[in-house]
Amino acid sequence: MARRNDVRRYPGFLGITLFCLVVLYAPLVVVAVYSFNASPSITLWGGFSFRWYEEVFFGLEAEKFKRAAWNSVTIALMAGGAATVIATAAALGMVRAGRFRGKGASFALLSLPIMAPEIVTAVATLIFFSLIGLTLGYGSILLAHIVFCIPFAYLPIAARLEGIEGAFDEAAQDLYATRWEAFRFILLPLLAPGIVSGFLLAFIISLDDFIITNFVKGAGVETLPTAIFGAVKQGIKPDIMALSTLMLGISIVLVTISYFVGKAGSTRR
Amino acid sequence: MAGGGAGGGGRTQSAAFAPVRLWLLLPSWAVIAIFMGLPLLIMLVYSFLTKEFRGGVIWEFSLAAYDRFVFDRGLFGDDPPVLNTTYLTIFARSLIQALVATALCLLIGFPAAFYIATRPPEQRTLWLLLITVPYWVNLLIRTVSMKFLIRENGPLNEFLMGIGLISEPLPLVNTDIAVQLGLFYSYLPFMVLPIYAAVERYDFSLSEAAADLYADRWTILREVTLPAVRPGVIAGCILVFIPSLGAFLAPDLLGGARTFMIGSLIEEQFKGAAGDWPFGAAAATILMTIVLIALLLHARAEARREV
Repeated sequence: MARRNDVRRYPGFLGITLFCLVVLYAPLVVVAVYSFNASPSITLWGGFSFRWYEEVFFGLEAEKFKRAAWNSVTIALMAGGAATVIATAAALGMVRAGRFRGKGASFALLSLPIMAPEIVTAVATLIFFSLIGLTLGYGSILLAHIVFCIPFAYLPIAARLEGIEGAFDEAAQDLYATRWEAFRFILLPLLAPGIVSGFLLAFIISLDDFIITNFVKGAGVETLPTAIFGAVKQGIKPDIMALSTLMLGISIVLVTISYFVGKAGSTRR
Repeated sequence: MAGGGAGGGGRTQSAAFAPVRLWLLLPSWAVIAIFMGLPLLIMLVYSFLTKEFRGGVIWEFSLAAYDRFVFDRGLFGDDPPVLNTTYLTIFARSLIQALVATALCLLIGFPAAFYIATRPPEQRTLWLLLITVPYWVNLLIRTVSMKFLIRENGPLNEFLMGIGLISEPLPLVNTDIAVQLGLFYSYLPFMVLPIYAAVERYDFSLSEAAADLYADRWTILREVTLPAVRPGVIAGCILVFIPSLGAFLAPDLLGGARTFMIGSLIEEQFKGAAGDWPFGAAAATILMTIVLIALLLHARAEARREV
């Protein structure tokens, strides 16, 4: 076919794609570079140093950040774990249990936490917790996180389950496996990559959340994002850049794990 | 949203778990209905209650919260009503910012998604990973990074002055443009991913047939490819529009008092000393209503396409 009318190639599209990457990465790269700046000024470059990382771990505010990090990670593990279990059951009920009335409504309910703007969820949850008299703190954050993590865990698990032939679990049942055995020994191993991706996604979404946490955290309890937000309100300091770079690194490691888990899963089939 | 929807494609699906379906679905239904559905209804009720001065509500029916969007009736609410455009302006600004962000993301995201989807498969995954990674990075950190980059004596201004493009630093922070840049940058991956998925499934023999009939490339893109990948485009637009409309971090960190958006207005009602819970609930209810209308229009358009 004539080059000039190749329907897959358009002039300028490569340039726009590269532009996207520059816009997406430039701010992150700049902050990562400046977090190694020896100078306390955030404008001037004073040579390479780890001093702001030392500041994060051993400085005046280290205790605060450590407590916030502990809260963030434990909440993300528990909320991600609970959401993954609930979402796995929901995926089986949606994908492996035939057609039923209200399937569309059930899917709408499952995706409600994704569809509502975060600020609306935050307001509704705060009002609800205050009405039922729940004390705001660690528990209320955890509860709110479980709810909005469910759809994020559900989507990869359901997508994976849809790709597994129904013949597998039917064969297992024909051979007198109980439903539980069919799930435990046949579906679960096949579904594992989807469950891992679902958990990682839910974990990250929980770790990331600022808006809802900010509403339901109550006084005195902080997660990393709310602690960083509080610090940033007084200006962007170099130790915040070091902390941000650390979190950036953790996110990239998790994406990479999720990517390879997904890849391993798809070659096995 | 792809995956897990009703219908389920052509593959034969097992119904092995049909007898325990209710038990499998009940936990998710219960958790979301009790901790998300019910709170939304209670929020709706709160928007019709009377405000308590130190936060919270008095259980007395009132339309004051909605009235406050349009009229100023003084501190105690008994002055004659005067038209007040402050809040209407905030809603209008939020709508415009969200629409512009959606349009910009589409304008830049479509060519990028198209380019990535037309690469050889092994290159595709790398490009896709590059677009996805920022989505996994904490939004707060991304927004703070953007503020660091574009601030008055920040790296962007230094760079532009260094290459002689500008002589004075651009006062970007605290402007609508900075907020727009923040929204665009926050939600761009949401536009690229669904369009990519649609273009990847697109059958290019349609384009080739059009090319054989001497249509030029841009006509083909507009008349053949675009209608075929429309569901992906619409999904992308919705995924960018909804979070942009209710955005809090970009307007709060990159903007100032003159760039106030709905998200900050709502937050202020529950955090600040001058809080007004029914008013905040009413603002959130209106925001949720706009989102539901957008989703319903989308669902109706989808249903009509399938018939």
